[in-house]
Amino acid sequence: MARTAEAPLLVAQGLTKHYGPRLGCADVALEIYPGEVLAVVGESGSGKSTLLSLLSTQLKPSSGSIRYRMRDDVMRDLFALGEAERRFLLRTDWGFVHQDARLGLRMGVSAGGNVGERLMAIGWRNYARIRQEAVDWLSRVEIDADRIDDTPATFSGGMRQRLQIAKNMVTSPRLVFMDEPTGGLDVSVQARLLDLLRGLVADYGLAAIIVTHDLAVARLLSHRLMVMRRGRVIETGLTDQVLDDPREPYTQLLVSSDLRG
Amino acid sequence: MRAADTTMIKLDGVAKTFVMHLRGGAILPVLKDVTFEVGAGECAVLDGPSGAGKSSILKMIFGNYRADAGTIMVRDAREWVDIASAPPRRVLHLRQATIGYVSQFLRTIPRVGALDIVAASARDNGVEPSKAKVRAAELLDRLNIPERLWQLPPSTFSGGEQQRINIARGFAATHPILLLDEPTASLDRRNRAAVIDFIRERKRGGAALLGIFHDEDVKQQVCDRGIDVTSFRA
Repeated sequence: MARTAEAPLLVAQGLTKHYGPRLGCADVALEIYPGEVLAVVGESGSGKSTLLSLLSTQLKPSSGSIRYRMRDDVMRDLFALGEAERRFLLRTDWGFVHQDARLGLRMGVSAGGNVGERLMAIGWRNYARIRQEAVDWLSRVEIDADRIDDTPATFSGGMRQRLQIAKNMVTSPRLVFMDEPTGGLDVSVQARLLDLLRGLVADYGLAAIIVTHDLAVARLLSHRLMVMRRGRVIETGLTDQVLDDPREPYTQLLVSSDLRG
Repeated sequence: MRAADTTMIKLDGVAKTFVMHLRGGAILPVLKDVTFEVGAGECAVLDGPSGAGKSSILKMIFGNYRADAGTIMVRDAREWVDIASAPPRRVLHLRQATIGYVSQFLRTIPRVGALDIVAASARDNGVEPSKAKVRAAELLDRLNIPERLWQLPPSTFSGGEQQRINIARGFAATHPILLLDEPTASLDRRNRAAVIDFIRERKRGGAALLGIFHDEDVKQQVCDRGIDVTSFRA
């Protein structure tokens, strides 16, 4: 559950992105606090993936600002950071879980190598310690230690997703971005992954921003919900409040179309 | 009579209207001018026919439904908070520390066992993990859930078993405010008696309880005062 930390971790204001004449997202404002999980829902083309790319600095906004509380407790403008500082965030303080595990993993490198890589990027050099840490994290995401030298190319979809999570978690990030983390997985595999994510968020006090079109995922994992449509945020609030008492016509349509309720 | 300073819940001029956009924008006014108080150590019951808005009142106090007008003040330790206007983070904090809600329906979580679901509610409420487990076991036992089920996720349980897990979860925490949405509906006599005991224990512990009970027998045994919801009809 959300901890009542006093200061936000990330504050975005007036975020707008145009792709030429086409609108990605318009005038999005949000705050995320430590330990808080925000779900962004909407159909394809609603702007939710654009928003995630902006927040994680993979895309530059046409206008607007994002400020982030660095580990020294100072709020910094993300787009004014130097390259080294930005890399530190991406490799250490943030995680990014892609829908397509191939974007988040190196498919030709062993599972242990994938996890160890992030540790080496922050200066770990002792091979035995790196391997031990990798074993430790593989077990936490329920991957047998004897698979450590296999490449993710030999893993099932669910295992790849769990490996991607281990790789992200090994540096103790404070904020994790997730883009449809359960998309394309079988329902039983989804349940296992959701349970894992729920546990990690609770145990490590992670803040997370999860883009999903699956309302059941949003209900299970998030504290707050943002509904996007045509690039704009049309409704926002406590997750159960927005899902149980939706106000906007589009949100009512989304909720009534959800088979699982 | 209770003293004025033991008031825990205070609704003033609360209104709720549903707009059904998928039904051509049909407007469904349900409640207006909802005004009442509930004090520590009492159990008040919302009276009125089905569809009068009883559940909507409980859901608005829990922050699950939004109020269209008025204030919903709840006492959180030293300060009063208006649920109707509080930011989401504040409402989440209130649900951990101050306001509990027991409904008939359990939302199961994949792969989490019954005992853990109940214990988590106590942990969120600030109870130390080992004590939370003991408390959870005691409640499951009093609600006659066989011990062989405790470690299993309730998604495969019968409706009645799921309902009892949910009741155990609601009573595992000791929130100073407890909202009860027909907790005894469709329970057998033995389990109904257990829930009546839970409610009495929480009253003696000084909690403010607000409930919906269709069962006259239960109502007579736990209820101190009725609130006529039909007087708030919109």
